[in-house]
Amino acid sequence: MAEGLGWWGVPLAIVAGTMRGGTPFLFVSLGECLTEKSGKINLGLEGTLLTGAMTAYGVSYLTGSPWLGILAAGLAGLVLGSIHGWLSQQFRVNDVAVGIAMIIFGSGIAFFFGKPFIQPSAPQLPTLNLAGSNVSPAVEAALQISPLFLLGLAIAPLMKWFFQSTRWGLYVRAVGDSPDAARAMGVSIFKVRMLSIMAGSFLAGIGGASLSLYYPGVWTERISSGQGLMAVALVIFARWNPMICLWASLLFGGAQALGPSLQSVGIKQGYYLFNAAPYVLTLLIMIVTCSPKRTLAGVPGALGMDN
Amino acid sequence: MTTLSSLPSARQLDRPPDLQVNGMTKQFGRLMALDNLSMHLKSGSFHALLGENGAGKSTLVKCIMGFYQPTAGELLLDGNPVQIGNPRDAHRYGIGMVYQHFTSVPAMTVAENLVLSRFGGAGIINWKAEIEALRAFMSTSPFQVPLETPIAQLAAGQKQKLEILKQIYLHSRILILDEPTSVLTPAEADEVLGLLRQQVSAGELSILMISHKFREVMAFADEITVLRKGKFAGSGAVSELTVADMAEMMMGEQKVPTPVQKTSLPNATPVLEARQLGANKDNGIAAFSGIDLTVHSGEIVGIAGISGNGQRELVEVLAGQREAAAGEVWVNGERYTATRAEMYRHQVCALPEEPLRNACVAHMSVAENMALRTFDRPPQAKGILLLLQAIRQMAVGLIGQFSVKTPSPETPVQNLSGGNVQRAVLARELSTEQIKLLIAANPCFGLDFAAVDFIHTQIINARNRGVAVLLVSEDLDELLKLSDRLIVISDGQFTYQSQTTTAEYAAIGHAMAGH
Repeated sequence: MAEGLGWWGVPLAIVAGTMRGGTPFLFVSLGECLTEKSGKINLGLEGTLLTGAMTAYGVSYLTGSPWLGILAAGLAGLVLGSIHGWLSQQFRVNDVAVGIAMIIFGSGIAFFFGKPFIQPSAPQLPTLNLAGSNVSPAVEAALQISPLFLLGLAIAPLMKWFFQSTRWGLYVRAVGDSPDAARAMGVSIFKVRMLSIMAGSFLAGIGGASLSLYYPGVWTERISSGQGLMAVALVIFARWNPMICLWASLLFGGAQALGPSLQSVGIKQGYYLFNAAPYVLTLLIMIVTCSPKRTLAGVPGALGMDN
Repeated sequence: MTTLSSLPSARQLDRPPDLQVNGMTKQFGRLMALDNLSMHLKSGSFHALLGENGAGKSTLVKCIMGFYQPTAGELLLDGNPVQIGNPRDAHRYGIGMVYQHFTSVPAMTVAENLVLSRFGGAGIINWKAEIEALRAFMSTSPFQVPLETPIAQLAAGQKQKLEILKQIYLHSRILILDEPTSVLTPAEADEVLGLLRQQVSAGELSILMISHKFREVMAFADEITVLRKGKFAGSGAVSELTVADMAEMMMGEQKVPTPVQKTSLPNATPVLEARQLGANKDNGIAAFSGIDLTVHSGEIVGIAGISGNGQRELVEVLAGQREAAAGEVWVNGERYTATRAEMYRHQVCALPEEPLRNACVAHMSVAENMALRTFDRPPQAKGILLLLQAIRQMAVGLIGQFSVKTPSPETPVQNLSGGNVQRAVLARELSTEQIKLLIAANPCFGLDFAAVDFIHTQIINARNRGVAVLLVSEDLDELLKLSDRLIVISDGQFTYQSQTTTAEYAAIGHAMAGH
């Protein structure tokens, strides 16, 4: 995309990559953030992401409407989420173990039903053009933004507000931090967690739709390449704060674009090293921000406990 | 039967309802926790519920609150039978409870917890209006708790105040208090109970209070009901009973607290020395600074103070749970950094507050918890192998010696009652004969008469053996009873020091308040 722009292509490609590559991270990490705030971990979002991508692509192809595809992806996530939500809350069941099973189940479902959709091309989501009319085609192509990205941008502050200023948000936090206290207030832990996990999976499903209907905009079995799992780590890195999830997702998306964009201007050495930029970045930020003197602020107290 | 929909909300009740419990029975498996118990809480009265640990007081109030469904028996409100399925129902009937375990959400602020505690209400919270309303509420409430502080940063005393505040905030008409004053200073306790008493006298509230403190029962309660082993053991008007009568009902026989017998020891040597010690709270603000403290062998130094003035952090530094920001600690004339090797070499023992959290691994067995100090040394270990038989044997011995009530040494320690967890920790810490230093923080928080007496006796015995004891407590009576020297901490500074025999009550109170 950056041909003909020379070195200017690099920042441009990173900006574009931030918006494109950041979108699935954003949805999955917000979904995981909601889930973990209620005190359960859902590693299965990797599987949900794949199922969402496949469903969105398939439905878009079959009905001709990418918007229906997005809705279907969310609903598919909802179904997977309800399985995880129910299973992980059974007596003596560990949510991490269930999550790993759900990764395998979700990807299995996606591969099984997705076989027929690898060849055909499905209608893609329309994009909004950010650039003016008199710019070069390269710039124009880079600045196509998806409505899904804007939706994700809106959901992050909305979720922050939800946690802070709605009764339901307080319930989710109470259940995640101190189930005993929540029980004393007559809040049903099962219901709150179930709904949080389902809503989180709904978001992750939409994240999958953004993969297959926006960028890269195809359906293959390797489309997620572990982004679902990275998003789970990203939530910890974001200290369970939806707004930091937003910035972190953008950062990861941008870092992902570093390798390809440098390659496009002819820098071939260290290609794989640049591709590893998101991981190196994560490590660096973790090291810089960690402190033995402070407890991890924001971690839900009951996260990963058997209760 | 009254249905919930036809009920007035708690706010609209103009007087506390009359509450009657008839033939309440609750069985847990084979255990009869509550056996055909009846009691009557008259409208606008202050009723105390007395009984030993495990007598069934908590079970009774949890049945009233709808936490447990009773096996048999009924609940009458103003003469009508009612069914309370959960705490939310109880609240709608105007019944609220302050639990022994804190029920606030640690990661949330005081304001968030208060708003959250209101059942129902609008889905969207207008924080500006809420904060204003909360400030107005705080200005008229009997005690103040900072609204913006997360609960995790509050000390035990402040948490307890918040729990009571919550119920006042919720307009509960029947208030059930589970040992509300165990973390308050006597002056605070009198203030809190006095204010609640005024509300009762004005006919605004009925109170059902679980307590172990006869002094408070005598001063504030109208009537008592006594439970023993799940059964009714007596009731009556406080004005017609003496402390001895009540104690007799509770234990089935008269018991007097073991008198404190201190022996004076020759050649006291300094064991614990803190020099210009300072540490920060979790949020990085100084908790205390520039503290100089010496504890000699055969001496109990008591540290008094209102919770949240740096005591918790001080104990954490000495126990190795928190890094000191400044200064040094010396034990037996050597630099001490609270490593495991140093603890063993100097025989330092600790009895921290909330022992289940600070001194136990909750899901490990009683035996394993009792071996935490010694499992890696002979006779409990051989090389890298643990000798489970030896660990079990020692635990069996300690369980007997310290009368820890546990079904078996293999029971997870979290299944024990608070008093027995404290006993188990005490057993572990005092099991070696040669201990030199004991650091105890609120060792009797929430324990009943017999357990308190037992722990006090153990501490005094340790002192008489020549152990240096640092006792941090929020119970001033306990400190005046046990300690040889008394220090008051206020806002992270020592504001008062005196021999206990010459300590002045008024001066201590002033120092605690920070004047």
